[in-house]
Amino acid sequence: MATAADDDAAFHAERRDSDHESFLLHGRMRWLKVALGLGSAAILGYVLADVDPRPNGGSWYGYLLGTLGAGLIVWLSLLGVRKRAITPGRWSLKAWTSAHVYLGLSLVVIATLHTGFQFGWNVHTLAYALMILVIASGVYGMVAYATLPQALSDNRREMTKRQMVEALAAIDRQLEAAAQPLGRVEADLVIAALGQDPFGEGAIARLTGRYRDCRTASALEALAGGDPANERVVALLRKRQAQLAQIRRHMHLRALLEVWLWVHVPLTIMLLAALTAHIVSVFYYW
Amino acid sequence: MSFVIRTIDITAIGREIVREREVAGDTLVIGRAAENAVHLPDLAVEQQHVRVTAEGGRLHLQAIGSLGFALDGRSTTDATVDPGEGGELELGSYRLQFEREADGRIAVVIRQVAREAADKAETLGGFSLGSVLPGKRPLAWTGLAAILLAFLAVPIWSHLTRPAAEPDYDRPGAVLMDASWRTGALSSVHHGLEDQCEACHVEPFVAVRDETCLTCHQDIADHAAQPRQSLARGPLPWGDAVQWQVAHAFGKPGPGACTDCHTEHEGAGRMEPTREKFCADCHGTLDARLTDTALGNASDFGKAHPEFRALLTTDRTQAEPVRVSLDDRPRQWNGLRFPHAMHLSKTNGVAQMARRLGRDAGYGAPLDCADCHTPTADGVRFLPVDMERDCEACHSLVFDEVGGTFRTLRHGRIEQARAELLSLDARATRATGRRRPGEYASLYRADFGGPGVAMLSRAMTEKGLCGQCHVPAGPPGTLAVMPVTQPSRYMIHGWFDHEDHKQEQCTSCHAAGTSDSSADLLLPGIAQCRDCHQGESARSAEVPSSCAMCHSYHPRTGPAAAPPRIARR
Repeated sequence: MATAADDDAAFHAERRDSDHESFLLHGRMRWLKVALGLGSAAILGYVLADVDPRPNGGSWYGYLLGTLGAGLIVWLSLLGVRKRAITPGRWSLKAWTSAHVYLGLSLVVIATLHTGFQFGWNVHTLAYALMILVIASGVYGMVAYATLPQALSDNRREMTKRQMVEALAAIDRQLEAAAQPLGRVEADLVIAALGQDPFGEGAIARLTGRYRDCRTASALEALAGGDPANERVVALLRKRQAQLAQIRRHMHLRALLEVWLWVHVPLTIMLLAALTAHIVSVFYYW
Repeated sequence: MSFVIRTIDITAIGREIVREREVAGDTLVIGRAAENAVHLPDLAVEQQHVRVTAEGGRLHLQAIGSLGFALDGRSTTDATVDPGEGGELELGSYRLQFEREADGRIAVVIRQVAREAADKAETLGGFSLGSVLPGKRPLAWTGLAAILLAFLAVPIWSHLTRPAAEPDYDRPGAVLMDASWRTGALSSVHHGLEDQCEACHVEPFVAVRDETCLTCHQDIADHAAQPRQSLARGPLPWGDAVQWQVAHAFGKPGPGACTDCHTEHEGAGRMEPTREKFCADCHGTLDARLTDTALGNASDFGKAHPEFRALLTTDRTQAEPVRVSLDDRPRQWNGLRFPHAMHLSKTNGVAQMARRLGRDAGYGAPLDCADCHTPTADGVRFLPVDMERDCEACHSLVFDEVGGTFRTLRHGRIEQARAELLSLDARATRATGRRRPGEYASLYRADFGGPGVAMLSRAMTEKGLCGQCHVPAGPPGTLAVMPVTQPSRYMIHGWFDHEDHKQEQCTSCHAAGTSDSSADLLLPGIAQCRDCHQGESARSAEVPSSCAMCHSYHPRTGPAAAPPRIARR
């Protein structure tokens, strides 16, 4: 019986492992191999292709790379549509995401070779720059998704976001009650602390993790070590500060985790516009 | 030890009703069951849910069942509360606050609250960065619209609505924002059109046409007459054929269009010379298609190029010069007797004479090439050797002295010379006091001593006054000489620029130092050129050279037929 139980456990462990396979490792990194092959072939072709007078997006090889690159960009941007339909199997969303990441990286090679290393202040280089920014933000996003969730989880200490908010509200209610005996000046400090919206912090504060003008900290500084009658208020302010720190760290990590999408998504759409302008302008002034 | 239980209810009109009772003992059980000290009628609360025990001034909260409780918002099953600091226990819809009263008792304040679900959901969104940034969609749409407008709509609209005008270097471009479409700077010759894309890109989605180029370059002619030019083009290699099929599908003109060879937007500076392969496409195997061609096949200067053919007069009977391959070691007839070797010797009488003439006369040392050969102003070629300028300092035509003044025959004026010499006979003695160069200087003096008729009769002999350099053209006794030809250019289809080769010694290409006859053709052959010049792709050569370095594609007359590099001089 024990063996059967072990087998059962092993079966479930294996199944769990397969379920948890990262999209980066999907299909034994099939798409990494495809991307490496594509990039190497592009470089090899670039070296061997006889184009004159010098490598150029307008040579036959340039057009070949350009067509490939444009096709890739359009396909990569379709992940936004594809991800809304989750399907299992060979063309699962995971496979698609894996291909998205690796083919997106191979685009750096393909598009750079397409430029023939000719850059200027024009819509062509604009499209290239947008593409590089999109890819760079994607790489950042990948790193962020690989590293930050653990920190986010550690910061939670088994609390949900709702519990964090409720804990703060609970402290605030007690603080309000406890602050009743305080004088005008001290009461104003507490009112200021209670009135400050923990979610009022801007994008920069969230991204840097530096939250300036914390009124809870100011109140604590003013009241701590003063009248022993304020002891309970000070204790509650300390609790409030600790709770705020957890919420703020959560916001900081979330910001770091999400910020790349504000680059990746709008710039992808702008890239599609610049790519259209790039292609149309080339054929317009054919 | 006792607890004060203070229950606060709120009436329908919002009035608070506070009920207070005291529970003795150190333990308090909170739950739904009515027998509990604190009874909370809420199905979410267990019958006996939490036990509160006072232990040395602190309260120990323990879950009795498996269900935990929330203390200060945090879920737990076991916690300690300092009533001095206070704590809030949440059970179902009830909130219980623990406080220490002024008299030291512990108060439990109980309130029932309604959940503000909608409000909470809104607050939770605040954790996300999206709550403080503009949405991704508005950003994306704005960027999309801005790019399409600035880089597509504006240039296209202004191109379609521009006034019709001829290309003009002095006029600013009429199309807005199309500088953003530029794929690279134009070459220096077209730099003035940098801002006028529409000068060449006339019709939308139509490739640049030859007619457009010809609006300015109207004097350009075709390379060869049709249909020979089309016949000469070989069958395209597989790869090229596919490329042309694709190019034609996209409306590119050619093969043979201006833009095939002259590619633009390759960056500032000189326009790139046309690549070798454009010539080799036809000339590499020309004889296979134009079987009657006089041209040898050529595809690469280093590997496949016929020997040079110089335009020459090879003997005195020939009326017109003909092109002769240097392979045939042709001799040249130019009507002169002139041994280069003797004139360039460092030791013989010529060298001594040049030394004696001294620096003031422009010599002072054995002769070198530049003493007689003067380059043209552009440095490309050399002026014809001129007797008065280049020879007469040594080859004096002085024939008489009258009262310290020397009388000189005028070169080329034959009748005048005859008259001058005959007039000598009227006088008894002549002493020129000048010697003419040559091995037999003393004999010349003796010759000069004779009467004018004697000088005339000997003038056309090989040691005579004229015959030393010239070939007689008439019967003995007459002064006629054969016409002298000094070609300024031997290679009529290729262009050689001496200026570009001035770092070289003359003798490294022209073997003048060993030439004893003016019939020696001192032109270097292709093998000598290949010491430095190899084909375009020969990267190890000192000078990789494409066809365009020496040849011009478009036949024109005059200096403009030269490659631009030479034509500009």
